[in-house]
Amino acid sequence: MLEQAFTGSKKYFGLLAGLGFLIGLGALGYYQQLTTGLGITGMGRDVSWGFYIAQFTYLVGVAASGVMVVLPYYLHDYKAFGRITILGEFLAVAAVSMCLLFIVADLGRPDRLFNIIKYPTPGSVLFWDMVVLNGYLLLNIVIGWNVLEAERNDTKYKKWVKFLIYVSIPWAISIHTVTAFLYAGLPGRGFWLTAVMAPRFLSSAFAAGPALLILLCLIVRNNTKFDPGREQIQTLAKIVTYAIIVNIFLFFCEIFTVFYSQIPDHMIHFKYLFMGVEGKGQLVPFMWFSLIGMIVAAIAMVNPNIRRNENTLAWACGLIIITTYIDKGLGLISAGFIPNPLEHITEYWPTGLEAMITLGIWATGFLILTVLFKIAVSIKEEVRA
Amino acid sequence: MSIKRREFLRLAGLSTLFGLGGKAAFELIAPGQLDAQSYAPEAHAAKAKRWAMVVDMRKLDDKTAAKCIQACHLTHNVPDIANPVDPAKAFPPEDQVRFRIKWLWTEDYHNAFPGEEHENLQEKLHHMKFLVLCNHCDNPPCVRVCPTKATFRRPDGMVMMDMHRCIGCRYCMAACPFGARSFNWKDPRPFIKEVNLNYPTREIGVVEKCTFCDERVSKGQLPACVEASNGALTFGDLGDPKSKVRELLRANFTIRRKAHLGTLPQVYYIV
Repeated sequence: MLEQAFTGSKKYFGLLAGLGFLIGLGALGYYQQLTTGLGITGMGRDVSWGFYIAQFTYLVGVAASGVMVVLPYYLHDYKAFGRITILGEFLAVAAVSMCLLFIVADLGRPDRLFNIIKYPTPGSVLFWDMVVLNGYLLLNIVIGWNVLEAERNDTKYKKWVKFLIYVSIPWAISIHTVTAFLYAGLPGRGFWLTAVMAPRFLSSAFAAGPALLILLCLIVRNNTKFDPGREQIQTLAKIVTYAIIVNIFLFFCEIFTVFYSQIPDHMIHFKYLFMGVEGKGQLVPFMWFSLIGMIVAAIAMVNPNIRRNENTLAWACGLIIITTYIDKGLGLISAGFIPNPLEHITEYWPTGLEAMITLGIWATGFLILTVLFKIAVSIKEEVRA
Repeated sequence: MSIKRREFLRLAGLSTLFGLGGKAAFELIAPGQLDAQSYAPEAHAAKAKRWAMVVDMRKLDDKTAAKCIQACHLTHNVPDIANPVDPAKAFPPEDQVRFRIKWLWTEDYHNAFPGEEHENLQEKLHHMKFLVLCNHCDNPPCVRVCPTKATFRRPDGMVMMDMHRCIGCRYCMAACPFGARSFNWKDPRPFIKEVNLNYPTREIGVVEKCTFCDERVSKGQLPACVEASNGALTFGDLGDPKSKVRELLRANFTIRRKAHLGTLPQVYYIV
């Protein structure tokens, strides 16, 4: 099947070349970081996690959302999704690969990476995150590959693959839960110290991931002979609608607890994000855009006319991807550190080099995605021909 | 009874498996303890059941605090990010704040004890500079989160840092409620004017912090800051009812930083 990756149109190879160029730029930036230290980023002693960890968190969500096509097909026997489960699984592979790259990019000593395995520490949530992320990557590669190969040969995949598929469903939930636990169990960080963190992570993931998948399905339809299907896209749209509404609901649950209890350690981070504290509030416009945009998108998605029209649906999905990205990719991580535990306020903004490395990793993920989708779509075209 | 070669190999394999499983099980029950206990103290080392420190703010003026900080940072080759050896390589002020490395430093009352301040505080509290450092918590969140046991708690309470094992993930910095941990965002060596050859310098990309001067205590000496403090800082064994720290805690009202978080900090303040 791999041979499908090496044949294709000029457009396909042009896209790969473009992504390759961005990867090269990112690699140059990373070389600079490797030789002179993480000081090239905007992070510091007060905001000690930044853009990399935020991207990682967002992408764990995208990866986990693959389960939103796998679960209806395999557990509810919703046949329509049979056409696109492979797209969901391959999206998960690309997203988890980016997650792992972002973790490595964030390490001060990547040369000692394997210390996590050499000195396994079950008490550390990061250890478990390593286990579940790598496990999920492996599961999706093995499952996706075997199911696709069976489809190509017009046979049924082996029984053990079915077993792995069942394992992969709770596993998907676990990757985002464990990732939320990274933050939600730290005594000195009021912003993150909330039981609603994991549910909120999952709801925003199940909105953003399928929204991205809808856009990818539309791109596949417009550029290949394979049509993921109108019904499939509409069902995904309903999943996105429910998930974004639950996400907004959970956000206001959090707001209620924080502001009705009036506990300063918890309120101050929200004040920083939405109002600014001591004249510092560079994220304020972003956060309001994110919140209002998310509500607007939810209202739009509830409206059947907007949802059923694939053009307006695409816009609403785009808005959901951007607003959930601001929420998780900009606000969530840095606001946990601002103000710091001694109530000093140091703001954070990624540097150009940091953005370049980030872009390089995104390009790597999209390269993996492009190649995997190319293989899947070619097989689908071949089978239907 | 003789064992055949094959039988022997089978048994050896099985017992290895058991051995590995046993280690893993121990790690689950008592994470982080395994490596810490393998340290053997030197013959003339000062020993304690539980090391602790009392900071007597009645005796600590700004000058003494500065002396303590200097003693600590010189002893441990802590880089002075604001003053590079080559003045041409100085960072802009905001980068100096970002990259700063602190083992021992001072904070105002409302920063050292956030939530404890109010409008009509005792006058002297407005001017006091509190010496702050790693609290060597009895229930340290930094040790709980470290994925490699690079930071671990010794049975005598010292929270240690293995800078050769640290992968620089900075999870401990997110976990510490006291901001006691620093990361080497840049190569620290160009910022050390006088290198103490008896203590290592650090490389890019690892986390560091105060270790209660384990290297001095193991030679029977007091921590460097305590020695420089003119009696404002007291270091000793909480497990010994006759120790100086116990005496001070018995005789005075003391407070700890963020005790409500349950990390059980072991640096006490007499205000």
